[in-house]
Amino acid sequence: MRNTIVSLLAVLFGLLAGALLMAVTGHNPFEGYRYLFEGGMRDISRFGDTLATATPLIFTGLSVAFAFRTGLFNIGAAGQMLFGGFCATAVGLTLDLSKPLMLVCTVLAGFLGGALWAFIPGLLKAKFNVHEVVSTIMMNWIAYWTIYYMVPAYFKGEYLETESRQLPDFASLKSPFLSEAFGGSYINLGIFLAVLAVIVIAFIINKTTLGYELKAVGFNRHAAEYAGIGVNRGIIVSMLIAGGLAGLGGVAEFTGNASNIQIGKLPTQGFDGIAVALLANNAPLGVLFAAVFFGLLYSGRGFMNAMTDVPPEIADSIIAIIIYFAATSILIERLVRKLLRIRADKREQSAEKGRES
Amino acid sequence: MWDLIVDIFPYAVIYTIPLLITALGGLFSERSGVVNIGLEGLMVVGAFTGALVIFQLHDAWTNHPIVLWIGLLAAALFGAVFSLLHAFASIHLSANQIISGTAINMIAGALTVFLARNMTGSGNIRIVSGFQPFDVPLLSSIPVVGELLFTKTYATTYVILLILVVCVFVLYKTKFGLRLRACGENPQAAEAAGINVYKIRYMGVLISGAFAGLGGAIMMVTFAGEFTGSVAGLGFLALASLIFGQWRPLGILGATLFFGFASTVANVSQVNPALQVIPPILLKVFPYVVTLIALVLFSKSSQAPKAIGEPFDSAKR
Repeated sequence: MRNTIVSLLAVLFGLLAGALLMAVTGHNPFEGYRYLFEGGMRDISRFGDTLATATPLIFTGLSVAFAFRTGLFNIGAAGQMLFGGFCATAVGLTLDLSKPLMLVCTVLAGFLGGALWAFIPGLLKAKFNVHEVVSTIMMNWIAYWTIYYMVPAYFKGEYLETESRQLPDFASLKSPFLSEAFGGSYINLGIFLAVLAVIVIAFIINKTTLGYELKAVGFNRHAAEYAGIGVNRGIIVSMLIAGGLAGLGGVAEFTGNASNIQIGKLPTQGFDGIAVALLANNAPLGVLFAAVFFGLLYSGRGFMNAMTDVPPEIADSIIAIIIYFAATSILIERLVRKLLRIRADKREQSAEKGRES
Repeated sequence: MWDLIVDIFPYAVIYTIPLLITALGGLFSERSGVVNIGLEGLMVVGAFTGALVIFQLHDAWTNHPIVLWIGLLAAALFGAVFSLLHAFASIHLSANQIISGTAINMIAGALTVFLARNMTGSGNIRIVSGFQPFDVPLLSSIPVVGELLFTKTYATTYVILLILVVCVFVLYKTKFGLRLRACGENPQAAEAAGINVYKIRYMGVLISGAFAGLGGAIMMVTFAGEFTGSVAGLGFLALASLIFGQWRPLGILGATLFFGFASTVANVSQVNPALQVIPPILLKVFPYVVTLIALVLFSKSSQAPKAIGEPFDSAKR
């Protein structure tokens, strides 16, 4: 409960900071926010876009949150997502299968690609005690440059060197039926996959022996070891699952929301995933809500930019500031504690008054 | 082969310099015990500030080099100011330093483009003219060394090399350096010896902000020429150099030169067929792979500061 309050306050402070930023640069914050939120949920099609934008964030948020539960900081979700998305795209552009079979293959390829990218840091952590933050950062940039050279070499686009060919319809998560149901939105099958992932991960964390063991490793590595839990195995398994989830995020982004993969950028969703996990306090259901909220900010910014002259980067700024507030949550906690104490004091005082009279 | 090296070397040096100064900044922060993965963001802030100041002052002093130097100074200053966010979170609030650093990266990337867009519309700031490469008189005619180090070079290169020498001196020969290193190894003992750990760590982070800001701005006034909202991973490459150089100034110099050279060869291999024997992909992933290997090899004997990443709690002994 207290964690939820802290998260909500972090969001509130983030939004206030955003308002301040708009005001300082000569924009009207009320107008800005009105169009920002309208742009994310004015009608069913915009809401569909919000959900689609949130889909990769759900995956990367789950990825970071899951690793956190084992005491691991997966800052490499961006690289895992990129590599997973690349594997899925490669499969989609190479194989020639019927749509259902194809989707199974691309999803599997994405999961395995992401898992492979996280396996190396997991192994290095378990075997050599290499800190996973450093190794996953290195893996991010290895993924960046691998995709940078592999895409033009093997999957070059028709017009641009900097992106891959368009995926054929039968290899895309896009579904005409779903799109129409949402009034022409680019929402796709990825969202179902994401909701499924939330349920599965919640089940693993809360209801299985594996989840119990991984959490034990996260709480106290030495106590877990003493209790006979394979700590090293746990670290590797946790990274595999976290990487696979981020890889699925790549599938959702590059074969669902987009229809090809571009070179020269690390997906921002990888780092936004950290924000999602922090706000969600590493709970799977919380990840869902936090991701949809960020999806709303991201998908509404285009509309806001069209209706006002507030630059779209305000959404990114707000999210980044929210992370900072979440990181410094001790400040907010102090505030909450102080408020609670004042309320308790007041109640005591009024109770005393009641007795006196 | 020699001609090829002579051709590339000046470019490699140009690419190495921003990397070197940023990694040196990271060194101060990490030796004081604060992990700083926000170097990338601090570089972006530096590039933004530098570009903005130079752009604005350009009308006052057209084409005068003083404008560029003022830009660099402003970049260092603002880098330091921005790093206060990280210092405050990780030193005063015992926040997770990785999360705080990530937040720095994200805020820098988003905020600078937001501000730039408010001013220029496109989010990019192009400076009219940056530093011009020149040959150092006399020194450039020294055989071998002259060709490598004193031709097609920038004034900033020597400033940074001078800063490197000063850094070595400060870190190993002054009271401040000793205290800084003590705070990174054993802050409790440092405190018991009467050192104000908080103050020293603030200094460490501020220096890292100033140096990274300077690095971002130097990149902008030498080879980039404009602010685009990102420094393309150079900050993380600096972080890799810091680790590969095992948290020592000369190690960092070696690592940044090594990585700078590899990246440069990859960058120019498209125009120079002789360099295509090594696929550019290998050269580009090389710094990160060797850093991973170094982490494994040094896992038993790592020179990393002992108290790195731990919030300082003076009550904990």
